[in-house]
Amino acid sequence: MSFPHWRKSTVSDHAHPTPVAHQFDDREQQTEVGRLGMWLFLATEILFFGGLFTAYLVMRWKWPEAFAVANSKMDVTLGAINTAVLLTSSLTMALGVRAAQLGRGKGSFALIIATMVFGLAFLGIKAVEYARKFQEGLFPGPGFVFEGATGRQVETFFSLYFMMTGLHALHMVVGIGILTVIAAMIRRGRFSPDYYAPVEISGLYWHFVDIIWIFLFPLLYLIHPHL
Amino acid sequence: MQGLPSEHIVPLKVYFTVASALFVLLALTVGVSLIDLGPFNIVVALVIAVAKMLLVVLFFMHVRWSSRLVWLFASGGILWLAILFALTMSDFLTR
Repeated sequence: MSFPHWRKSTVSDHAHPTPVAHQFDDREQQTEVGRLGMWLFLATEILFFGGLFTAYLVMRWKWPEAFAVANSKMDVTLGAINTAVLLTSSLTMALGVRAAQLGRGKGSFALIIATMVFGLAFLGIKAVEYARKFQEGLFPGPGFVFEGATGRQVETFFSLYFMMTGLHALHMVVGIGILTVIAAMIRRGRFSPDYYAPVEISGLYWHFVDIIWIFLFPLLYLIHPHL
Repeated sequence: MQGLPSEHIVPLKVYFTVASALFVLLALTVGVSLIDLGPFNIVVALVIAVAKMLLVVLFFMHVRWSSRLVWLFASGGILWLAILFALTMSDFLTR
């Protein structure tokens, strides 16, 4: 009975500072397997969001006018600012992974923290938008207020809006949680130029969440503001 | 299996160039939405979104330097999403 090899090696085996689990030939194979695992998870995530994107496609195809009318209620400025915030967070994330590759612990730590701060800023702006939608009576349900014949269809747009951005915001919260753990691991000196796979793989997740927003922004905010 | 990202340190310049391109595309998509192109507004918006996605996937997510297997996994999700869209719309468009 013994501990897994990787655990032993991180604690005591100075001759092999790179933790390689016993089922892998070498570090390269282990890193590649981790990377593929995350990409496979992201493929399931594409389909997780895909159901909502499909619903959007069908509803928009059925009610293009109502969607355009509903769109005039969206705050394009806040949406664009949030897109810029998220794109910046992806840059700091990519730079954080690069710093980890180079073994620059301090730089990596600071960039991961910056990524989290941008993520929190995104959620803060999103919260302001949500609050305004509630005040304007645009949250679907008994409190929904919209004058006009297409009221029910506009309500459907806002159902999709809250579900898609809500699911996205949930992913942001999870991403910030993951980065908190990564930041703590960097702080404890757990990574080196030989071993930084968790930082890279967390980065993949963060960039994926950014990509979802890259599509949500035009679909929800920029439909057709000319009515 | 050459040039895996773990061996590949991407120059800083690449990251900053990609980020600048992403911001230009963001300004472009907001700018184009202010012009009335009728049904082509959404087409332009989605083309720009796909361009932004490719920049993030290829450079920030290192797929450009990744193995063929990563390419396969990354495109697999998109392929299945396309099947989901195509089969769903094949129903609605033929009712």
